[in-house]
Amino acid sequence: MSIPESAAPATLAGEVRRKTGLNPATCYQCGKCSAGCPMAVETSLRPHDVLRMLQFDDREQLLSSESIWLCLTCETCTARCPNSCDPARIIDCLRETALNEGAAQPPRNIRAFHNAFLKQIQRSGRLFEMGLIMSYKMRSGALFADVMAAPGMLGRGKLALAPSRIQGLEEIRRIFDACTRHESDSTSTTTAQQNPGTEGAENA
Amino acid sequence: MKIGYFPGCSLHATAREYAESLGVITGPLDVEINEIDDWACCGATSAHATNHLLGVALPARTLALAAEQGHEQILAPCAACYSRLAAARRAVDNDPATGAAVEKAIGRSVGTARPISLVRLLAELAPKVREKAKRPLEDIKVACYYGCLLVRPPELNDLDDVEAPTMMETVVKATGAKPVSWNRRLDCCGGGFSLSRTSSVVRLSRTILEDARGAGADVLVVACPMCHSNLDFRQKAIARRSEGGMDIPVIYLSQLVGLALGQDHVALGLGRHFVSTASFISRIPGPREGESAAATEVG
Ligand code: SF4
Ligand code: SF4
Repeated sequence: MSIPESAAPATLAGEVRRKTGLNPATCYQCGKCSAGCPMAVETSLRPHDVLRMLQFDDREQLLSSESIWLCLTCETCTARCPNSCDPARIIDCLRETALNEGAAQPPRNIRAFHNAFLKQIQRSGRLFEMGLIMSYKMRSGALFADVMAAPGMLGRGKLALAPSRIQGLEEIRRIFDACTRHESDSTSTTTAQQNPGTEGAENA
Repeated sequence: MKIGYFPGCSLHATAREYAESLGVITGPLDVEINEIDDWACCGATSAHATNHLLGVALPARTLALAAEQGHEQILAPCAACYSRLAAARRAVDNDPATGAAVEKAIGRSVGTARPISLVRLLAELAPKVREKAKRPLEDIKVACYYGCLLVRPPELNDLDDVEAPTMMETVVKATGAKPVSWNRRLDCCGGGFSLSRTSSVVRLSRTILEDARGAGADVLVVACPMCHSNLDFRQKAIARRSEGGMDIPVIYLSQLVGLALGQDHVALGLGRHFVSTASFISRIPGPREGESAAATEVG
């Protein structure tokens, strides 16, 4: 099975290929990725299922699946795939695509965590863990989770009480803006340049 | 040896014992580390999981700063930071389109500085560790835990092998301790799900701790603040779900090296862990003749 370049952007697999240089059609469903996946017992779609659904272009189900948000990026699948399919990178790309299309929302807790984390960086350039925990709790609604942890952390000198702000904060904000703009541009441009290494050996 | 140093956010807070122990071992090992001025967070999982370019641009800015500040190498003790810096390095070097987008986003030239993990650095310094060891850790059995990000994905691997690395064991042997043979040293601990999906972390970290215990380890050694937090801070929750409980100290590789170099356990931050290291420390033989005894009591 191969995806002709001209038709590529029309399918989700084509979009993945354009963004990552990886070709989902090269997966031959050996299942080695899923055999080593630490989250396979918790997800309805294991990594080889994700690749199969890309081959069938089951866009809607893939992008709205909770499973893509449960991937830990442990890279075991990628390390073991005999075909250099790089499922971990493909799943990253699917999460990004799902977010951009507003097609799906990750599980609330995980979404809340990513949002809180990135907010901290935008605010001070570095992660302020106390701020992260508070902000995560507000966003996730998990107000009482780990409420007992903070005193233990403080007692051990493991939590800073105030964020440290970097000098180049303006620069960090510009980087966020530029990357957000770049992403929305590349989502809307279907004729964007193909990455080098389309056989999947090279991935950025 | 002079080298740039990227502590990352954890080493300034939850993993400050990692930074403290690093600070006391570099002198005896003749390494000078210089913190990169005005570094920012690498973005960790949250950046690359939601915006690929951001996940590369944030660490690329640190590579650029390091080069501007005259460093060829950047020590990144946190495995996650190492992995993000290495991913940025590789993206910029191998993919001209991404490289151009990154330089445009950060408004700087990325330069040529390269990241190095603490495991590789210490493995390269192993002969020196052996030579300077004042208190060889004979009879201590150590489970070396690599986790994910030092070895995977294969193209970012900083160590000697993807499925069978030996560099941590090399360092442990140089301290005089005995690495045990066990199965779960490359498994995932649950990584960044510590807050957002604790149940997965407990399930995965439990398997790792039980395997280390089964192999007879006195202590588990790590080189990643995220792994440390999952295996140490979460151990109480894990013990509740594990037959026979769980009581395995989890320490950083730099702390183990520091102990062998005869450094004081308080200076090494060994009192900051959630699982007490006291009984483990009390088992360490005294210093070699001619050395003043380091305190062996710990709170
Ligand atoms: S290991 Fe590779 S080829 Fe095998 S099923 Fe997974 S992605 Fe496909
Ligand atoms: S990277 Fe994700 S999909 Fe791949 S093995 Fe790890 S958790 Fe599973």
